[in-house]
Order: sequence, then C-alpha cells, then structure tokens
Amino acid sequence: MTADTDQQRRGPRPGTDAAPLPARPDAPRPDGIRPEDSGSLDPQESARPGDTAAGAPPSARGALGGLRRPLGVGVVTLWLSVIVLLPLAALTVAAFGEGLSGFWAAVTAPTALAALWVTVLVSAVVALANAVLGTLVAWVLVRDEFRGKRVVNALIDLPFALPTIVASIVLLSLYGPNSPIGVELNATRWGLVVALLFVTLPFVVRSVQPVLIEADREVEEAAASLGASGWTTFRRIVLPTLAPAILSGTGLAFARAIGEYGSVVLIGGNIPRETQVASQYIQQQIEIDRPLNAAAVSVALLAIAFVTLLVLRVVSSRTLRREERDA
Amino acid sequence: MITVTSARKNYGPFAALDDVSIDIPSGSLTALLGPSGSGKSTLLRSIAGLEGLDSGTVTIEGRDVTHEPPQRRGIGFVFQHYAAFKHMTVRDNVAFGLTIRKRPKAEAAKKVDELLEIVGLEGFQHRYPAQLSGGQRQRMALARALAVDPQVLLLDEPFGALDAKVRTDLRQWLRRLHDEVHVTTVLVTHDQEEALDVADRIAVLNKGRIEQVGDPVTLYERPANDFVMGFLGSVAHLGGQLVRPHDIVLERDRATALALDAKVADSPGVIDAVVERVVPLGFEVRVDLRADSGERFAAQITRRDAAQLHLREGETVHARAVARSSVVDVDPALAI
Repeated sequence: MTADTDQQRRGPRPGTDAAPLPARPDAPRPDGIRPEDSGSLDPQESARPGDTAAGAPPSARGALGGLRRPLGVGVVTLWLSVIVLLPLAALTVAAFGEGLSGFWAAVTAPTALAALWVTVLVSAVVALANAVLGTLVAWVLVRDEFRGKRVVNALIDLPFALPTIVASIVLLSLYGPNSPIGVELNATRWGLVVALLFVTLPFVVRSVQPVLIEADREVEEAAASLGASGWTTFRRIVLPTLAPAILSGTGLAFARAIGEYGSVVLIGGNIPRETQVASQYIQQQIEIDRPLNAAAVSVALLAIAFVTLLVLRVVSSRTLRREERDA
Repeated sequence: MITVTSARKNYGPFAALDDVSIDIPSGSLTALLGPSGSGKSTLLRSIAGLEGLDSGTVTIEGRDVTHEPPQRRGIGFVFQHYAAFKHMTVRDNVAFGLTIRKRPKAEAAKKVDELLEIVGLEGFQHRYPAQLSGGQRQRMALARALAVDPQVLLLDEPFGALDAKVRTDLRQWLRRLHDEVHVTTVLVTHDQEEALDVADRIAVLNKGRIEQVGDPVTLYERPANDFVMGFLGSVAHLGGQLVRPHDIVLERDRATALALDAKVADSPGVIDAVVERVVPLGFEVRVDLRADSGERFAAQITRRDAAQLHLREGETVHARAVARSSVVDVDPALAI
C-alpha cells in the first residue's frame, strides 16, 4: 500500500462496529466509553417527539419508531422496575429491617468488614492489573502482526463464555494442591487475584481495542515529526486518547470483580478474614439464617458498584464533551 | 537543499518509488504533483523518515539522514487530515514540540503567541481542535510544525480535506506565509491548479518516477512528454498531436487557416472539423468538434472570437494549433 492510498486506510472500517461481542448480557460493550450513544432504552431518547424524524441513532428508530411515545416509556419503565429497581428496593428494605443501627452493626461486624475489605482490595489489584495488561493485550492485538493472532483474539472472550465455576476448577487444577507447575495459590489472596483476573480479562481489552483500531496513526507520526520519542508519544498522545476506554474497562472489571462468586468459590478457600470475599460471606450468612446480615453486606456491595459506575459515567461524559464535538 | 538519490521503495510487487532522484533547493516551495499511486506521498514521507527506503539516500542541508528517524531530521510535517492532538488546546498543540524539548516556559509561550499570530489564530489558544473549522485546524497544524524551527516543511495534500473556497484562500495564504518565513517547503498535491498556484518549482511524478522538474511556466509550456502535458492542463488530440485547447484557432476560411499554418513548423496541419457543441464558460467558449477522421477534440476560444465566427452546431470549421511550444507528440502506446 502506498501512502497515496491512505484514504483507504483511514476510511470507515465496516468490521469495527461488529467487533466480537461476548455473548453474555453483562459483557463489556465495545462502545463502553460512551454509554450515551446507545440510548435506545433511555427514557429521554424515546420521549422525544417526532420519533421517526432523522437525527437519532438508527437503532432507536428501528426499535421504537413504531411505538407511541407513552407506550415506549411505559414498557421501559416497567421492564427496568421489574428487573432492576424493585429487587434492589426490596433488598434495601430488608437490609434496613432493624433500622439504621441494625444495618450498621451488620456491615461493621468484623468478619463482614473483613470480607468487604478483601473484596475491594483484591478487586482493586485486579482492576489495576487489567488496566495495564488489558491495554497491552489490546495494543498487541491491534498493532502487531503475528501467527495465530485470530486465535488469540478469540481466546480473550473464552473466560466469559465459561461458567465461572468451570473457571474455578480450571485454575484449581493448575494452581491448586499438587500443582503441576509447583505454584499453589489455593486459599490465598493471590488465588483470588488470579481467579478474578481470569474472569475479567476481556473488559479492558474489548473496550480499548476498537478505540485503538480507530485511532489516527497520523497523530502519532505528527508527534514523531515534532521530535517525540515512542514513549513520549504513547504517554502524551496515545494514552490520553485511550484513557476513557481504559477507565471504562477498568471500572467494569472492578464492578464485576466485586460481585464475583463462582470463580473464587473453590480456589479462594473461603477463609474468614483472609480469603473470604463479600459474596461468599453473603452466601454463608444465608446458610446460617442471618438474612439481615446478607442483605446489609449486599447493599454495601451495591453502593460500591453504584459509585464505581457513577464515577465512570461522569468521567466519560466529561471527556466526550471536550473531544467529541468533532464535526 | 534536500537531495534524494536513487530512491526505491516497493510495496510487494508494486514499485511506489522507482529510482527517484531529485534536488530541492533551499528556500523553495516545491510541489510534488502526480495522480494517486504516483509515489508522491511516499517520496514526501521518505524525506520525513515516516517511510523507510529500500535503497537510495536522503540528505537534508548536506546531512545524510537516510537512517535517521523522523525525530532527528529537523522536519515539520503537515497531514491532510490535520492530525490534531484532540485532547490538547490549540496552544498546547502548537507548543508540543517545544514542551517535549523542555524549552523554558516563557520562551515557548512567546514563540507560540508569535506563531498563532502568523497563522491568524490569536484568540483561539484555549479552544480545542474540535471547536475549530477545517481551515483553522490546518493552520494550527502548520503553526505546530513551524514551532520547532524545521529545516524543511513537508505538506502532504494539506488542503485536500477542505472545501473549494477555503482551499483556494488557504493556498494563497500559504504562498504569502512562505514568502515571509522562507523555510524550504515541499508540498504534495494531485491538483495541478494548486501546484501552479503556489509552487515555484514543480516535480511531476508518475508510476513511481519523476517525469519532469521545473518552474510552472516551463512545465506548462514545454512539457517533457504527453503525460506532463496532460496532467498540467487540459489537452486536445489534434492530428496525432496533443495541444492545449486554448492554442487551437478556428477559421471559417480554409485559405486563411492554411496561410497561418505555414508559419508553424511541424504543425499537425489544418484539420477540418464539424462543430458538435458550443459551451459558454464565462470568459471563454468551449467548442466541441469532430474531425473528418472521426477524432473528437475541444477548442477553447474567447467570447469575442466565438461571436465573430458565428459558430453553429453542424457547421464545418478549419482548426489549427498556433503555439508550437505546447504541442507534444502522442506516445503511440497512450494514443486513443
């Protein structure tokens, strides 16, 4: 390809929108950085008058174009209520069944607090590791050519396709007792980290990948022509471009790690104050018939996840406002 | 002076540069002109170091930079699609080269202010590229490239993404800027009008080779071959030769045409042709003609001449070429 055919290189890439989507509904979306854009289920979007007029995403047109406005809003509200809002409200009511003090006592019980702490600590480590290595994996998959690249690319989604308990068994067979490679991580926090890294692998990779594919290589060439070294270019030019995607992927990985149960249940060992994570604590409290404790810790987890997603949303919309006014 | 010697570059079986050598004098504004795939962008990117050569050398102001990365070539590069740093303000964009060189803040700020004034973007320092028009973004990109005091300024189709009006304004602005700044400038374009408008030297490329290098007048009036002639302006096939349509004179009277024709040596001769269409183009009139041989060609004559001739469709006129300088024999391989 000559430089004269640059146009083709820069042209729209039909394959990008159809980037391999993990099959599960909680999979990270390739467009994770801008949740606004997929506003077809956003009540405000469907509430706009003149639904069939141009100007809204085609997906919104296709899905809701034929619906009368109040009907659309009604269905969306009902759906979200039944699926998300009501169960969460019921949970919150249960958590405060013995008042604020009861809730507080349940959350600050030493084993509960320890479980929450282990959860957040391990998830934070996992999220950070993902931020760095996920970006690296995405970079290699987009920028480097090597044999078996497509296989590796497909492999990224595998942890997502597996039931998490299978992940746990897989890891246990390698890092468990009688480890064939002599690394025994079962019943340690490192075991938790490895298990969570396994299941959160796709988040950062899949959110950074499309941004990197779309990234304008000429911007990097411009930086080089101005005297910037490869590292300077990466740090000052590429990284800021990728930051929203990395952040989004990291946030989703963190949120997922906080709530993970299946993959840690075997390798973690469930040792209170050591490797017991919040989800295991909740399970345990249910088993010993302490639903209030379970609900209270659940609400704490909910709050952490909510704040994480809120921060993500704020940061990404800020970045969007600054950069994406592009004509 | 930029000197490229025996440059070769292949992309698989495709030769983007096929033994290209060119000297670009210091302080000149040289256009690399050619159709897409002619290798003009590859040549520019090779000078910049953004593309490596398979063989050949590049020297800039006497320094062999063939194996130097773009960072150490002392160049400024402007891209067709601006390559703006979107997350930085206009000021930070322009200052980028100075910032990474760790120049003192005050010095950098002064330089940036000067440049923003030169490119007419004072008052836009705190905007983001997304808040600028295409023309403004390209001027920002120029200021950014000039900030590092490059020895050569390389522009890759810099106006290609802009609409026609802005493009014309900006290239005249570039011409004036070059007269002020005097930095050796190489501009890649596929637009012959743009090349004739801004450049003081033009190199015409075709299929990875340089066809001709010279000033615009020479190239227009004494093209080395029919490719150069065809690429630098419109042409008409007349009696097996290429002529400029505006160098064709039409006469009603065959004797007058023959008498005048005799003054021109090696002329394609007087061609009898039937008027197929008369198209007024403002100042000039284009006359589409069909020769007795069946060959179609167009002549471009002034309104006044057209009025005097009273041309009507279906009538026969006598055509001849007047300016020998712009007549080129048709390469048999390319003849229609």
